[in-house]
Amino acid sequence: MMSAVLEVSGLACRRGGRRVFDNLSFALAGGELLALTGRNGSGKTTLLRALALLVPSLAGTIRWNGADVHDDRENWRAKLAWLGHLDGLKGDLTVVENILVAQRLRGQPADIDSVASALSTFDLTTLKDRAARTLSAGQRRRVALARVVAAKAPLWLLDEPLNALDALAQKALNEGLARHLAAGGLVIAATHAPLDGARTLELGI
Amino acid sequence: MGFGALFLRDLRLVWRRPGDVAVVLAFFVVATVLFPLGIGPESNLLARIAAGVLWAAALFASMLSLDRLFAADYEDGALDLLLLAPWPLELSALAKCAAHWVVMGLPLAVLAPLIGGAFGLDGKSLLVLVLTLLVGTPALSLIGGLAAALTLGARRSGALLALLALPLCVPTLIFGASAIEATATGEGFWVHLAILGALALVSLATLPWAIAAALRQAGE
Repeated sequence: MMSAVLEVSGLACRRGGRRVFDNLSFALAGGELLALTGRNGSGKTTLLRALALLVPSLAGTIRWNGADVHDDRENWRAKLAWLGHLDGLKGDLTVVENILVAQRLRGQPADIDSVASALSTFDLTTLKDRAARTLSAGQRRRVALARVVAAKAPLWLLDEPLNALDALAQKALNEGLARHLAAGGLVIAATHAPLDGARTLELGI
Repeated sequence: MGFGALFLRDLRLVWRRPGDVAVVLAFFVVATVLFPLGIGPESNLLARIAAGVLWAAALFASMLSLDRLFAADYEDGALDLLLLAPWPLELSALAKCAAHWVVMGLPLAVLAPLIGGAFGLDGKSLLVLVLTLLVGTPALSLIGGLAAALTLGARRSGALLALLALPLCVPTLIFGASAIEATATGEGFWVHLAILGALALVSLATLPWAIAAALRQAGE
């Protein structure tokens, strides 16, 4: 058993005065994929946002390699690649510009090779100079996923990554996930559909 | 690095849609031109009110363009990426306000003397008008940026934004307009300009933190 990289213990969150989850604990080692399941409104998105420190948690700790992530928020954010339920793309920028800007916004130098390989993972190479606003919902989702890959972050937080994806794109996502995990990366994904090789954590019970 | 990336991204987005800025600048021109039409062509009166009219119109034009400042990022999810960028959110707030100033404050400072000339302002007053706009509009971008961040997610956020920001812009308006009047009456304008600069610097030193706090709140 590999030692845990990410340790969450006793996490509690409230939204609008309502308890979303209490005393939630789990640990994740390198190369592990955790699928968050549960009904609509069971707190999957809230948990992802709490892990990213976008939503304050009432209690509990989140540790990365033993250090509390609240102590150095910027360092923690550098470890994260985020896919929200919105794609976060700028419609007036092209596909490739969107990903390059996202890389620079993470404080990384623009790396055209990694962008090209992320684009080819999701079969976007032929679309790369199209304005994002001209793409379909599934194509936009693929661009957002390519942005996650190009972020080169150890922990991916994905909110419904399979939304709007067709069968081929789902296969591409599973391949992308497998490559990230094989390199020792971690993934936490809120999802309804099954993901390859995932451990599941069911919320709302 | 992240600051420059966001600043350039926003400039590029404006460049792709120049109409958004053009509409606001056209509003500025039309709004100021309405005054001579309403008041009548008495040149002494027009020259006297020119400073106030131009500054008030510049204020309205800034407000008009500010309601999309953070709302666009909020609606398409890009705000989450800014919140998760591994550098202080205050810098992001500053970068966005700086980009707003470049696409609104600067063009207003270029346009205003053309209209001021038509109002009958003399050469020195026009120069002071440009100076006050250059020094004063950064404060408008920052104050408006705070109002834009605070009204994120609100319905009818445009009206609410103006209601929040306009009172806070009053000192800038007063000293901007009075600098031009002081030039016309032969007093020195430097004191007014210095106070205007001080207002802009105080905004610069405090508001990025307030904007960042408001953005974090909106991201919850």
